[in-house]
Amino acid sequence: MAKIEKQEREAPERREPVWDYATAPEATDIVRLEDRYGLFIGGEFVEPKSGKYFQTINPATEEVLAEVAEAGPEDVDLAVRAARHAHEKYWRALPGSERAKFIYRIARALQERAREFAVLETMDGGKPIKESRDVDLPLAAAHFFYYAGWADKLEYAFPNRRPHPLGVAGQVIPWNFPILMAAWKIAPALATGNTVVLKPAETTPLTALLLAQVIQEVELPPGVVNIVTGAGETGSLVVTHPDVNKVAFTGSTEVGKTIRRALAGTGKHLTLELGGKAANIVFDDATLDQAVEGVINGIFFNQGHVCCAGSRLLVQEPVFEPLLEKLKERLQTLRVGDPLDKNTDVGAINSRQQLERIEELVASGVQEGAEMYQPECNLPERGFWFRPTLFTNVSQSHRIAREEIFGPVLSILTFRTPAEAVEKANNTPYGLSAGIWTDKGSRILWMAQRMEAGVVWANTFNRFDPSSPFGGYKESGFGREGGLHGLEPYLDFDGGGD
Amino acid sequence: MPVRRTAKLFIGGEFPRSESGRSYEVHAPDGRLLAWAARGSRKDLRDAVRAARTAQAEWGARTASNRGQILYRVAELMEGRRGQFEQELADAGAADPARGVSAAIDRWVWYAGWADKVHQVLGATNPVAGPYFNFTIPEPTGVVGIVAPQDQALLGLVSRLAPAVVSGNAAVVLASEKAPLPAVTLTEVLATSDVPGGVINVLTGFTGELVPWLAGHMDVNAIDITGVPEDMRADVEAQSAENVKRVVRGSDADVFSPAAQSPYQVTALMEFKTVWHPMGA
Amino acid sequence: MSQAAEIERRHPTPVRFTAKEAARLVARAAAVDAVGLEERAASLAKRSIKRDSKLWALDLAIRCMDLTTLEGSDTTGKIVAMCAKAVRPNPLDPSIPSVAAVCIYPHLVPVAVGQLKNTGVKVASVAGGFPSGLGPLDARLREVREVVELGADEIDIVLNRSLFLGGQYAQAFEELVAAREAAGETHLKVILETGELGSYDRMRQASVLAMAAGADFIKTSTGKITPAATLPSALCMMEAAREFFHETGRHVGVKVAGGIRQSKQAIQYLVLVYETLGPEWMTPDLFRIGASTLLNDVLMQIDKERTGRYQNPDYYTID
Repeated sequence: MAKIEKQEREAPERREPVWDYATAPEATDIVRLEDRYGLFIGGEFVEPKSGKYFQTINPATEEVLAEVAEAGPEDVDLAVRAARHAHEKYWRALPGSERAKFIYRIARALQERAREFAVLETMDGGKPIKESRDVDLPLAAAHFFYYAGWADKLEYAFPNRRPHPLGVAGQVIPWNFPILMAAWKIAPALATGNTVVLKPAETTPLTALLLAQVIQEVELPPGVVNIVTGAGETGSLVVTHPDVNKVAFTGSTEVGKTIRRALAGTGKHLTLELGGKAANIVFDDATLDQAVEGVINGIFFNQGHVCCAGSRLLVQEPVFEPLLEKLKERLQTLRVGDPLDKNTDVGAINSRQQLERIEELVASGVQEGAEMYQPECNLPERGFWFRPTLFTNVSQSHRIAREEIFGPVLSILTFRTPAEAVEKANNTPYGLSAGIWTDKGSRILWMAQRMEAGVVWANTFNRFDPSSPFGGYKESGFGREGGLHGLEPYLDFDGGGD
Repeated sequence: MPVRRTAKLFIGGEFPRSESGRSYEVHAPDGRLLAWAARGSRKDLRDAVRAARTAQAEWGARTASNRGQILYRVAELMEGRRGQFEQELADAGAADPARGVSAAIDRWVWYAGWADKVHQVLGATNPVAGPYFNFTIPEPTGVVGIVAPQDQALLGLVSRLAPAVVSGNAAVVLASEKAPLPAVTLTEVLATSDVPGGVINVLTGFTGELVPWLAGHMDVNAIDITGVPEDMRADVEAQSAENVKRVVRGSDADVFSPAAQSPYQVTALMEFKTVWHPMGA
Repeated sequence: MSQAAEIERRHPTPVRFTAKEAARLVARAAAVDAVGLEERAASLAKRSIKRDSKLWALDLAIRCMDLTTLEGSDTTGKIVAMCAKAVRPNPLDPSIPSVAAVCIYPHLVPVAVGQLKNTGVKVASVAGGFPSGLGPLDARLREVREVVELGADEIDIVLNRSLFLGGQYAQAFEELVAAREAAGETHLKVILETGELGSYDRMRQASVLAMAAGADFIKTSTGKITPAATLPSALCMMEAAREFFHETGRHVGVKVAGGIRQSKQAIQYLVLVYETLGPEWMTPDLFRIGASTLLNDVLMQIDKERTGRYQNPDYYTID
């Protein structure tokens, strides 16, 4: 691949801001934190039989927010029993229209308490309040609304088949969209008549625990949803428990493969939503200013902690220089800092562990010969932070072009023809998403047809909707969440059942 | 001494009296006078259709999810008026008013949930034999005239009205002549909901007088003849030929049974648009 | 090197594209994705500007304001009163700056010039068949020249949409160049009337055409139709101005006008400028807001920010 020439125009100097936006912190007094949380089993908060607790911190300040229970084998077993009991004795027999009403109540409660959830989400996970308020919470409520409506309509979703719930679903979710992932898992499971044991991520348990409070308030029958907090070990206990019929996992490809191996021969139903290394492809006829926004959003939304992040920019050579210049200019206006500030665009990295991983991969990029660019911005003293980063002079073989970084780091490569773009985009074991930027409709459809990706965004990026199926090809996992397709993984057909 | 209620028309989100100044007596089966209801005229009908047409573009352009949530909230408000509905159904001679109200609310919720799903069940992408992306999307037909069933004054009405508006249509409803009051209470629920004015319009009055005007109106896209007296049906179908109105009728199944509700009732009042686009680099 | 930059290089003074070159520039102007543009504008509109930064913005909003009256019923008396308001928006508060300019009809320019002598407030006048931009060309150009002679500091003309929407870009361009010449050295704004153009692509093309013709400012609207200024259309024009600056090195200012009544909107437009064009554009030399009732709302917001109390319009002079 040709070496990229050094830019003629100098990178824009860091200007002293003429207009200093004053801090605009969202108030946190709406959140009432307990010192210590138990496990949510059988409709009650109970102390862990394991006797163990761990801390959850605010990654922007490193302050401890609360202590959270660590579920051990006995706890997980109790949770699964509670779920089984609830399924047998109540939930399975309940008419769909009644299940729907419970799920509608949860949706409504998320709307009523949206601000509280959003602030808590930001405190526990580090994402900007702007995002938790405007993206995570509305989508979470919408998911419950959407799936509530399916609960009593399943016979229309599967022509000529008689759907039955699978029984107990064991679900493990990641730390990048905690409440949203909980909604993505719980809503379809309940709508289809299953009961749930959910394990939130180790670094972000708090909004799931608040959801447990909501579940109590809407009077969902005890045991229909159980929430067991813990780390990897707890997750493993949940997915391998013999009385769990269905496993749903969202997380890293590595752990996904481990789960796949652990479940081999058990007959458990499984869906996996794993990592990605999506190509965001910009053609020379793209509407460039909007493409810039799409590229920026694709990699810096949620600090790049997004499985479907557009982490590889493939740009058609003729438009490489103008696009790069615009990207660098745009990076200057990204505001990195306190996630609770309403003007923050890029928040904190979720954990020290994740920060170290990002740093390691970025160092490899420099070491392997790619050229790094970062805007100047002041980062807070405490907490975990990484500046938005661009790499040019990247080849496909560089680690930063192959491995999922899961951080605000964009690797930029070039291409010449549509066919070459297809080839490069698909040249990865991953296949979760792709972006296509061109003003030509037929090219969008031609490219989309050829992308080995479960989600293709054309002239947009990071768009989600409860009615739109989401999931990966290849090592990005299998199964779909959202839409009519999202019901299928939770059902058995024609004389099945548990 | 209680303050007696006035039953007025519901047009464009407001409650006008009939421009004709007429009203009629509503009696219980045992002959008791229950209320005076407005006796809608052809001009009221004309105004209602105009209001519906004006409101339909915006209602149809909203996201499906938004419509679903708005309609779901209507059910929440109906729940709040349960007592009043039950009383009115009892006054109309219903055998089991409580059952009727519960069924009506459940049915409304059921249809609200279809707003953002009917496209997935009955829309399609079509694998045509050529390098074209081809998809079929259902869209609301526009303004729907609904002649509500004479009996089952609430559940029967809901069974025709909910599937019509959930997809983005606007409706002009001719309420049951002999038992209009539950429909009037429903309009009061709608007026306090987030349903924009003009999306649902309800006229009380004499069915026989108003039906021909509805059937012949050139700016109504479809007509639901469920409540049209049998001896008028042929005429209505003939009249509808003038602007090729779609003619639909509710199922004959027991209105309480699941057979009386179906997503096909929704799509019967939708148009299917198929779009082609080449796929080429 | 881009076509536009090459053309600027060939001709030492700013405005010397040929009509054919201009038509080609228009045809190749960047397309705009409406959904993406509107999302970006909405996202910028959510910036939370508080306390000192809000006071700074409100002060700048006044300093960038073209206090406007363009009514058939305008009289000498009306202009005299408005000029007093323009110089001293709040008689009780000397810390409030004067506005940038007043914007009026041509026949009242002498009145305004007399009232505003030595105040620093500019006299801007519409000319050239405002607001339709139609009628015999020579009459329109004569109006421009007359307004210059009457002493106006700035002239706001309109793009001929009849020609532009008909695809006659070369001719539309030539009319703008003729107006540019008729205006001589006088500061010239070209109104695009974005509400009539039908798409953001067209707004971008019209921006390019006007800038190539030598406009000092491009302006969204006449204020006589709706929609007038909107955040997405302003953003579209700002992106065009940014591109033009990169290509040619020439700064062209942006004026938003029509329907801007609340301080919140004014601040949103300022955010758009700041984050799209940069700190350099945060000056009345490169950004203006055409408004009338906005001024009092800004005064009320300033007092609310200072005192913590919501204000009452009765306490602010109408003119």
